[in-house]
Amino acid sequence: MGLAPRPDRTTVTVDPQSQEGWVTTKLDFLVNWGRANSLWPMPFGTACCAIEFMATAASRFDLARFGMERMAFSPRQADVLICAGRVPFKLAPVIRRIYQQMPQPKWVISMGACASTGGMFDNYAVVQGIDTIIPVDVYVPGCPPRPEGLIYGIMMLQEKIKRERMSDNTLRTEIEPDPSSNLYIPPTMIDELSEPFGNSVHQTRSGL
Amino acid sequence: MSAPFSPVLAGHASPEAEAPRTPRNVLHRGGPSNPSAGRIQQRFPDAFVRAEVVWGDTTVFVKPEHVFAVISYLHDDAAEQYDYLSDVTAVEYRDLELPIEMVWHLRSLPHRRFLRLKAQLPKGQPLRIASVWPIYKGADWLERECYDMFGIVFEGHPDLRRILLWEQYKEGFPLRKDFPLRGRFSRSEQLRQALAANPEARYSMEELKIADAFEDLPQDMRRRLAGGEKTGE
Repeated sequence: MGLAPRPDRTTVTVDPQSQEGWVTTKLDFLVNWGRANSLWPMPFGTACCAIEFMATAASRFDLARFGMERMAFSPRQADVLICAGRVPFKLAPVIRRIYQQMPQPKWVISMGACASTGGMFDNYAVVQGIDTIIPVDVYVPGCPPRPEGLIYGIMMLQEKIKRERMSDNTLRTEIEPDPSSNLYIPPTMIDELSEPFGNSVHQTRSGL
Repeated sequence: MSAPFSPVLAGHASPEAEAPRTPRNVLHRGGPSNPSAGRIQQRFPDAFVRAEVVWGDTTVFVKPEHVFAVISYLHDDAAEQYDYLSDVTAVEYRDLELPIEMVWHLRSLPHRRFLRLKAQLPKGQPLRIASVWPIYKGADWLERECYDMFGIVFEGHPDLRRILLWEQYKEGFPLRKDFPLRGRFSRSEQLRQALAANPEARYSMEELKIADAFEDLPQDMRRRLAGGEKTGE
């Protein structure tokens, strides 16, 4: 796990087995370089993780170094949705709508334990991981993660973007939720993702 | 109502009102009782159940059917002047034999007094209690929250519907002890119901004021409401 060693970007090697030509790989490199270094974040801060996100954006950690100095508080002008904090069920349709309003290409960072898994809030009101609502690219663990943790996640996302290939047509497809249930993954998978774990298994249950 | 605004100075009605006590000299049980407790006992002998003083705060238990009369007296009487309702809530104990307790936190700024009023609602019958909205308009959202979480019906409340959970929430009342911590439905079903909500819907016919003002609404808003727009399924 973690960041793989940065590939050598000064030379372009041509793989004769590959179907991709020199021009498309070179164009890929240019496009991905541009995308990865000008990600405009859409902050979706709902809890204490948003405080750490603000610290990351402020001068000491300076998100602007990654080309992210422009916070897009409008999904139409955003590239990466950073969900910082727990998402209650009442907000589930809102974050789904915000994600659908973002233009392609778009990515999602799930910041913190609550956004990734529901965290300690294994209760009736909180979504057990935003990946049950929208696809997630990078999960940042922590409660809340320190700014270094979020920057590490952003760098992982940049690495991911730099490896994208234009010839891969699965990347830019929109999620299409099931029209009857509005879920984009099967209900059994949601139940499996939402299974309690760790200390949460042993918590007092009041069911009579 | 049209009287000029005059600031309420805490303690101005009782020059002999004691200074606020520090935690250092407060007894756990007993100690000086709030004088309002004795006056409630004198004036409402049928309603009064008992009074106790815990950590310097007086709690008066009254019968649920007399709550409105007692709170009206506490609000209106010149010797009481409880002008601020700071909280309305309820307590359910883990021992299911015990009744649900309704709690009102009342504060008198002129007399610098605090009074906690409780009423016990027995189990096994509909949980109904008089609303204090006619006395304190601020009770509106407090009682809606109490209804949302416990399912206690406040009779006389003008607009009793859920406030924290969405209006179509089907799983029950979350702070009741028989409510499972993770809710009654599976996670996928909970998510399905939540995602069925329409984030664009800002108005609902169940909202009293909107229903009353329907004729005066703009054309597009009337069309949306008449088309049955709801905030969820």
